[in-house]
Amino acid sequence: MSVPQYRKVAALALVAGLGLSLTACSTKSDDDGGADAAGKVTITVDCQPVAAQKELLDNWNADVKAFQSENPNIVIKSISVGQQCNNPPDFTARLAGGTTTDVFYGYMTDLQQVLDSGQALDITQYVSKDTISTWDSVDPALKEVFTDGGKLYGVPVKNYSMGLVYNKTLFAKAGLDAANPPKTWAEVREAAKKITAADSSVAGYAEYSAGNTGGWHFTSLLYSQGGRVLSEDGKKAAFNTAEGKQVLQNLKDMRYGDNSMGARQLLQWGDLLTNAAAGKVGMFIGAPDTTQAIVSQFKGKFEDWAVAPLPGQTDLAKGTLGGGEGYFFKKDLTKEQVEAGLKWIAYQKLTPGKGQFDYVRAKPQNYPVGLPQPLLFANGTEAQKQEFDLRKANANVPVENFALFEAKQLPIVGEPRDAQAIYAILDSAMSGVLTDPNANVDSLLKTAEEKVNQLLAAGS
Amino acid sequence: MAVITAPAPVKAEAGVSSKTSRKLRDNLTGHAFLIGAVLCFGLFMWFPMIRGIVMSFQRTRRGVTTWVGWDNYVRIIEDPSFWVAWKNTFYFTGLALLLGFVAPFFVAILLNEFRHAKGYLRILVYLPVMLPPASALYLFKYYAYDPSEAGLFNAILSAVGLPTSEWMQSSTMTIPAMVIASTWMNMGGAVLIYLAALQNIPGDLYEAAELDGAGLWKRIWHVTIPQTRLILALLAMMQIVATMQLFIEPLILANGAGTQDAATSVVYLIYQHAFVQNDLNGAAALGVIMLLVLAAFSAAYLRLSTKQD
Repeated sequence: MSVPQYRKVAALALVAGLGLSLTACSTKSDDDGGADAAGKVTITVDCQPVAAQKELLDNWNADVKAFQSENPNIVIKSISVGQQCNNPPDFTARLAGGTTTDVFYGYMTDLQQVLDSGQALDITQYVSKDTISTWDSVDPALKEVFTDGGKLYGVPVKNYSMGLVYNKTLFAKAGLDAANPPKTWAEVREAAKKITAADSSVAGYAEYSAGNTGGWHFTSLLYSQGGRVLSEDGKKAAFNTAEGKQVLQNLKDMRYGDNSMGARQLLQWGDLLTNAAAGKVGMFIGAPDTTQAIVSQFKGKFEDWAVAPLPGQTDLAKGTLGGGEGYFFKKDLTKEQVEAGLKWIAYQKLTPGKGQFDYVRAKPQNYPVGLPQPLLFANGTEAQKQEFDLRKANANVPVENFALFEAKQLPIVGEPRDAQAIYAILDSAMSGVLTDPNANVDSLLKTAEEKVNQLLAAGS
Repeated sequence: MAVITAPAPVKAEAGVSSKTSRKLRDNLTGHAFLIGAVLCFGLFMWFPMIRGIVMSFQRTRRGVTTWVGWDNYVRIIEDPSFWVAWKNTFYFTGLALLLGFVAPFFVAILLNEFRHAKGYLRILVYLPVMLPPASALYLFKYYAYDPSEAGLFNAILSAVGLPTSEWMQSSTMTIPAMVIASTWMNMGGAVLIYLAALQNIPGDLYEAAELDGAGLWKRIWHVTIPQTRLILALLAMMQIVATMQLFIEPLILANGAGTQDAATSVVYLIYQHAFVQNDLNGAAALGVIMLLVLAAFSAAYLRLSTKQD
C-alpha cells in the first residue's frame, strides 16, 4: 500500500469513526449466570443514588445490607448509572449496547422499546404474591402498562399524575388566594398576569419546550382539555384539533400577549425547576414529587409550594397525564436470579415501611414524607391503607399543601405509544409559540402532525 | 536434475523467512507500537464502521434482525427533518468557514506583526481551546446568550445603542450564534498553525515588497496569502469536515433541536434516531450518508495534502 493510499484509508477510517461510532457501539456484557460455587446468587441492579445524594445513598446502602442479611444467599451488586434513571437517551444507549444491569429501571413508556431490543424477559410465571407479598394490592392499571400480549415484562414501582404546582409565597405577594388556586386555564392566565405584575422578574406561569419535556407537557395540557395525542388505534396523530390549537394559542397569548411567562424559554426539566427553586416561577404543571426535586436538588423550600388538581378549559381538567416507572429483567437471567431480583424489588420498592416507603427513617432526613405519591396500591387494599397511615404519621412536609390535589383525583390518562419520540417532535410546536411572536399555531400543529404520522408509519 | 533443483526453493524460502524474522526482530518495538494502533483502529474505528454499514441495511424488531435492503435509507430521506438538518448543517459550515476560517488568519497576521509580548499574546489566544467545550458552551448559554437585557451580549448591544437579540431563542440567530461560540472555542488552534506558516515566509519577500512600496494590505495579498495558500486550503478542508459534524453546540446551546428545529444538525438527527426514537438502523443509514459526504471532502483534503508533500 502506497503512502497516500494508506493515509486515505486512515482518513476515511477517522471520518467513518466519527460519523458512525455514535450509532454502532454494541458491546455485550455477559456475566456468569449469577450463582457461584457456594450457591450464592448475584444480581446487578441500577439506579443506586449518586454520591451527591448522600442521605438517599446511605439509605440505599442500608437497605442492601439489611436485605442481604435477611437473604444470605443473595448478593446485590448495585451500580449508579448517573443519568440513566431520568434521561431517556442514556437508557436507550444502554439498552442498545446490551449494557443494562440484570434488573433494570425503565419508564412506563419504555416497554415497546425494551421489547424491540430483545432484552426483556417474560416474568409472568415468576410474579405472584409468593414472590412479592403486596402484588395483589398493586393497582392493576399499572401492571397492565408492563404487560404485552398477556405477558408481564416489568414490575411497577412508582407512578405519578400531573397537577398545578404553585408558589404560595408568590401568590400572597400578588394578592392571590393560595387556598383557592386556579381551576381553569383562563384563571391560570389571570393569576400569571398578577404574579408577573407584582414582580417583573418572575414568570407567572412557566412551561417547557426542549429535551422532549415540551412535548410531554403539551400532552398533559391537551389531556386537560379532553384531547388525545393519538387516535384510538394508535396509528395516527390526533392532536391537530381545536383542543390542540387551544393549548398552543393559550401559551402564545400568555407569552406574548401578557408577557407573563418570563424571557428565557427552551427550558428543559432542570431549567424550569432551577428557576422555580430561585423563586422565579409562580405556577407550572407537574407531579407532587416535583416539589421534592425543587427542595432536594435545586435548594428550594417546601413551605413555598402547593399542588392543586390540573386545571381544564371550563372546569378542572377532563383527564390528567399519568406515568411512572418500573423494573425490567434481562432476558438471559436464571430462575434464581429472577427470583432474587423480585425479592429485592419487593423489599426496596413495594413493602410499606421498607425501602422507598420507610417513612420512619426518612422523616428526620432531608427527604419528604407526606407527598400524595407514589400511588402504587389500589384503593381499598391493605397495602394502601398501611402506606397511607404510615405516611400520615410520619409526615415532615406541610401536607395541607397537597390536600387539594389529593382530595380531587382526576381520571388518569396514560402516555401515548412511542412517547419520547413524539414528545421530541412536539417540542418544536411548543418552542414555536414560546419563542416566536409570529408563530402560526395551525402550521406548527400541521407540521408536527405530519412528522408524527411519518414516525408511526415507519414504526409499524 | 530433480536432485539439483529440488532444494532450491526451500533454500530461497528459508532465506526469505530468516530475512523476515530478522526484520521483525529488528523492528520489534515498532511492531509492538503498531499492534496497539491497529487494535485501536480495528476495535474503535473499523468495527463500528462496518457494523454501522451492515446495520443500515437491517431492521431489528423484538430482538430479531432482518435484512430490509434500502428501506432505512428511504425512510431517513423521507423524514421531514432530514433536509432541515442538512440545510442547517451546510449553513453552519458555510458561516463557520467565513468566520471561523478567516478570523484566525487575521488574528495570526496581527499576532505576527506584534513585536513585543508575542508569547503572552499567543497564550491568551490559545486559552479558550483549553477550556472544556461543554464549560465554554454553558458560559455562552447562560451568560452571553441570555435573551433578557441582563445577558452579556445584549448588555453590550444596548450599551452601544443597538437592538438586542433573543440569540438561541430566535430561529434566525440560532446558527450564527452557534458559529460565534464555536469560532471562539476553536480559534486558538488554527491561529497557532497560521502563525507557524507565517513565520516560515522568508522575510526578504516582505522587504522586497516594502521596497516596491507595498502597504500592509498589498503585502498580505501579494506575499502572505500566496505563501500560505496550501495551509489555507488544508485548514479550510479540515474546517469543513469538523464543522459538518456539528453536535455539541446544538445539544448544549439549544437544548437539542433549538427553537422550531433551527439547531437540528445531521449528527444531532443521528443521535435523535438512535437514542430518542430507538431507531438504530435509521441512525446507521444516516451515518452512512454522512460518511459518504465527509469522505468526499476528505478525498479533496487528501489530494491537497499529497500535493503539499
